[in-house]
Amino acid sequence: MSATDTPASPPAPAAPDTASRSPWGEVLHSLLRSGTFLTGLFILLFWVVCALFGQYFVPYDPLASDIINALTPPAADHWFGTDQLGRDVFSRVIVGSRDILTVAPLATILATIAGTALGLLIGYFRGIVDDIVSRVLEAFMAIPVVIIALLAIVALGTSKITVIVVIGLSFAPIIARTVRSAVLAERELDYVAAAKLRHEGALHTMFVEILPNVIPPILVETTVRLGYAIFAVATLSFMGFGIQPPSPDWGLSISSNYGMIGGGFWWTVLFDALAIASLVIGVNLVADGVHGAFND
Amino acid sequence: MTEPSHAANALELKDLSVAYRVGRRNRAVLRNVNLTIKAGEAYGLVGESGCGKSTVALSVVRYLPRNGSITGGSIALDGQDVMKLDSEALRRARADSVSMVYQDPGKALNPSLRIGRQLTEIFELAGITGQAATDKATAMLNRVRISDPVSVMQRYPHQLSGGMQQRVAIAMALANDPSMLILDEPTTGLDATVEAEVLDLIGQLRCELSASILFISHNLAVVSNMCDRVGVLYAGMLVEEGSTKDVFNDPRHPYTVALLRCLPRGGQRKDQGRLDTIPGFLPGIGATIVGCAFADRCALATERCRTEPPPLYELGDGRLSRCHYHDNAQSLPRATPADVPAVAPKHAPPVLQVEGLNKTYGSHGHPLRAVKDVSVSLRPGETLGLVGESGSGKTTFARLLLGLVAPDDGGSIELEGKKLAPRLASRSEDQVKAVQIVFQNPDSALNRSHSIRHILSRALKRLGGLSGKTLDTRLEELVRSVRLTDRHLAVKPRQLSGGLKQRVAIARAFAGDPRIVVCDEPTSALDVSVQAAILNLLADLQSRQDVSYIFISHDLGVVRYLSDKIAVLYLGRIMEFGPSEAVFSGPHHPYTEALLSAVPKLDRTESSRIRLDGEIPSAANPPTGCVFHTRCPRKIGAICETQEPQLTEAQPGHTIRCHIPYAELAKLQRPRAVEPA
Repeated sequence: MSATDTPASPPAPAAPDTASRSPWGEVLHSLLRSGTFLTGLFILLFWVVCALFGQYFVPYDPLASDIINALTPPAADHWFGTDQLGRDVFSRVIVGSRDILTVAPLATILATIAGTALGLLIGYFRGIVDDIVSRVLEAFMAIPVVIIALLAIVALGTSKITVIVVIGLSFAPIIARTVRSAVLAERELDYVAAAKLRHEGALHTMFVEILPNVIPPILVETTVRLGYAIFAVATLSFMGFGIQPPSPDWGLSISSNYGMIGGGFWWTVLFDALAIASLVIGVNLVADGVHGAFND
Repeated sequence: MTEPSHAANALELKDLSVAYRVGRRNRAVLRNVNLTIKAGEAYGLVGESGCGKSTVALSVVRYLPRNGSITGGSIALDGQDVMKLDSEALRRARADSVSMVYQDPGKALNPSLRIGRQLTEIFELAGITGQAATDKATAMLNRVRISDPVSVMQRYPHQLSGGMQQRVAIAMALANDPSMLILDEPTTGLDATVEAEVLDLIGQLRCELSASILFISHNLAVVSNMCDRVGVLYAGMLVEEGSTKDVFNDPRHPYTVALLRCLPRGGQRKDQGRLDTIPGFLPGIGATIVGCAFADRCALATERCRTEPPPLYELGDGRLSRCHYHDNAQSLPRATPADVPAVAPKHAPPVLQVEGLNKTYGSHGHPLRAVKDVSVSLRPGETLGLVGESGSGKTTFARLLLGLVAPDDGGSIELEGKKLAPRLASRSEDQVKAVQIVFQNPDSALNRSHSIRHILSRALKRLGGLSGKTLDTRLEELVRSVRLTDRHLAVKPRQLSGGLKQRVAIARAFAGDPRIVVCDEPTSALDVSVQAAILNLLADLQSRQDVSYIFISHDLGVVRYLSDKIAVLYLGRIMEFGPSEAVFSGPHHPYTEALLSAVPKLDRTESSRIRLDGEIPSAANPPTGCVFHTRCPRKIGAICETQEPQLTEAQPGHTIRCHIPYAELAKLQRPRAVEPA
């Protein structure tokens, strides 16, 4: 190239009026200014800290029974009272987040991975594959999670792994549907045509070209699903599946104590129930915040 | 045009300053704008995007976005200070005396209400109800030359074409008989033929109405046809003002001079010289401007320009220029030398030979012939320009070539003598890299998650078959060939301006040394100065690499600049095909004639114009005989309705699909002497 046809001054590195922040920086920035997100995050982190370090600061061993002091109401030495075996309810509630905070997130991650892959596949190829898979997914989504879980657990035997797999797979279709609709919009953009014009393979186009651009809806859906997963795990352990005694798990505790509410021993159930509620609310607040940050 | 009859000014902006709050700082968007529009006057506001044109319009009705505020000055509408109105008075002023028409009529109309409902609503606000309101609405639609208002009233906005929607939007704007009509890029999204209709309408309405007009457009030619006076806005400052004729024929500010030079004019072609460009960038909003805002991009700038802000010099006859050296403005040296490397005429065998190409889509059981029996050929280093209204099959044809869409059986596409498979997947690697595309919208064409380095490296790897060190060397060359620098490689597309993004897209298309590059409206989203730079780049790349272009554009001036051959498409059929000069200079097909006549021209040589009635018919149900007969101003009789004319050779290499013999066309069109774009 001759020197003469160069513009008189080299182009500036960027248009001067574009913001200096990257899109992800912008999302982070708006997350940190969102009261909803920060409240949710605070609640969530509280339970994560309890799960990780609760055992070191709780006043009693959550598993140690003390039959003499069974079913004492909340008082100074047992803030939340004791259960029928004399175990300290406060200590059990604090440590009780451990199992649910392992099982629910793992189930959600499994759902996200499976759902994203499936959604990319049917969204990208469309056609007959999409028609068939979508109908199957819809049928699958019509069955309540608990029923699927019960059937699976009866067939496979109860264990945390079973619960993770069952909840993961039953949430995957919902995530797949979200990803699919995002991919449908994305595949019409010209950069996908440009990839075809380079003879890129379908896998490259789906995972390298399209996937990074559909991360926002996936993140939002994942946080929403986490809330539901927590609820589902608690329900299953309440029904006696998945998490097994002597874990101080909330759902499990409620299940073994709720028969006694009639006798006036409310404290054996209330605090576990509140704990589940607060965790679900916390996660939902985070989900709301994430949704807001990506959509304003 | 009518002279203002009474003294009161319709709009008076005094020292108007507006700022947008971005990142906790007030950034100036308008800087002390003084502007007066007399009653009955049409005032044009021009400038590149980001100069503050739309902000002026929004300020007039105090309709700025939430982060915008008027930081100084005053706005008077009909002598009434807009700044002092309380919310009720402001509402009434907006309802009674000002109306706005926006760029995109599809968004300005409520999609879920029938046209009739939306129109009568305006009269109901004024207290007219029932049948009286309906009658008024019908009258309004009549006024904007809608032939069957009753049926249009029953329709929803999406059932109307873009041109009809804009007419309805104008009807709504005129319903309250405003004293001030603000038109913000009213024809920008429309086809040239539709644009011409809408502009004609506005012109006719001007004669009937008393309204003053503020006409905002980036299209200098449109403004020159519509307005009495024109103001040029740069970085939120009025840099030049005067009567339209004076400003465009005798500009006195280097920015105006440079803007006018960016346009391909008077049938300029790529082998006659490069277009001029404006170096550098517009100052960002809120930038601190010490001297003249244009000094950084102005080759005439002296030390004085950089330190002393020029006042608006009065040049007499109502002319103003914000330049210390307004007398010399026209001696602005070119930013880009005009000289072009001489290209020897070629007689190489065609690189592309298309024979009898068809594409039929199924649409609700009816066949929709998007492309019908298209045959073209193209030599290496030549450009084939595709022109026609939207819906004429230009883009479908391009997609057939690329293999993104498979054609019907029967036709053939040959690349350098070898048949191209209809589907991309069955083409060889060499064939794939030989035919590439530059898309219209770089935001869609470049993956927003990838860095420029990733985008170009991947193209070099896949199309160029390169890797490692050779890839890096070639990447550097490629980046330099489209005049980007290494600094641009690390960033994501969103950090680049529109012009730079389009350079990246061009670089990607050239990564595998293509034989043919399809350019699908590559400059339609860009400002004129950027457009000129991109067109120059395309012309340079072509002369260096002997690549052929298929160039699609609705801007005939641009097509003419770059094209060696032109194919005029209508409803998927080629109506005329031939060397660019022959097609443009005529005699041409009546459709081509109408297209050329629709283009607004800077030099107001208003010859009698040809207007096409109605819209392009549906391709699912094309007219019998000659598909153009329903709109043809030169229809000769029943033969046009019953028999489809053949493409017949008018001159060697120049074919026309018309029943009127060539000699007859020549006779019909000679007295008119349609000025080319």
